[in-house]
Amino acid sequence: MADFDDELDASGLNCPLPILRAKKSLTAMDAGKVLHIIATDPGSVKDFEAFSKQTGNQLLESREEGGKFHFLIKKS
Amino acid sequence: METKKLAIIATKGSLDWAYPPFILSSTAAALGYEVEIFFTFYGLQLLRKKLDLQVTPLGNPGMPMPLGMDKWFPVLGTALPGMQSVMTMMMKKKMADKGVAGLEELRELCQEAEVKLIACQMTVDLFDMDSADFIDGIEYAGAARFFEFAGESDICLYI
Repeated sequence: MADFDDELDASGLNCPLPILRAKKSLTAMDAGKVLHIIATDPGSVKDFEAFSKQTGNQLLESREEGGKFHFLIKKS
Repeated sequence: METKKLAIIATKGSLDWAYPPFILSSTAAALGYEVEIFFTFYGLQLLRKKLDLQVTPLGNPGMPMPLGMDKWFPVLGTALPGMQSVMTMMMKKKMADKGVAGLEELRELCQEAEVKLIACQMTVDLFDMDSADFIDGIEYAGAARFFEFAGESDICLYI
């Protein structure tokens, strides 16, 4: 997996908390830094795609591993 | 890109219907929307400092009930005393188990994200409500105030 600067474990949280927590983490980060998000909500796959499209923060990676969803988002 | 705007009228004061306004507003704010919610009639219950919202199966054939009760339990039975508190307790437990956010938390996230919460002054007067019972940081206004923002909005919802 690619490098990241910050990590957010949103396991066990349901919609819309993973998105809200991710937004909060990204706000505290500098542009160009990468946030790694771990979630268990299956809805988060489409949600993070949509989040990235609408906010301009680039979704570098989205994959499932061991029943969890992993996302890498680069702050714009 | 110009900031998008979401305007919501929140009219319902039950535990289940309290979620859509706060979920949509907090999410929209996270996506960069400017958001205002106008709380009117029973929706004002969502602005109380101490939220004591209930859910009822009464008159709601779409509500899933434990043990398949929604299939065999007589409709009249849903009017039994205590049914509402039992269903509310079970719903709250289920929400906590499934990692659904608490309403207070969502409401706080909305306020942190500068979602404007507006209480309908007419309803406050009508039901003799006390503004001391409501959370801080809200505005009291009327219908014209809603249209000032809603008229410019990209999305306008009545919940």
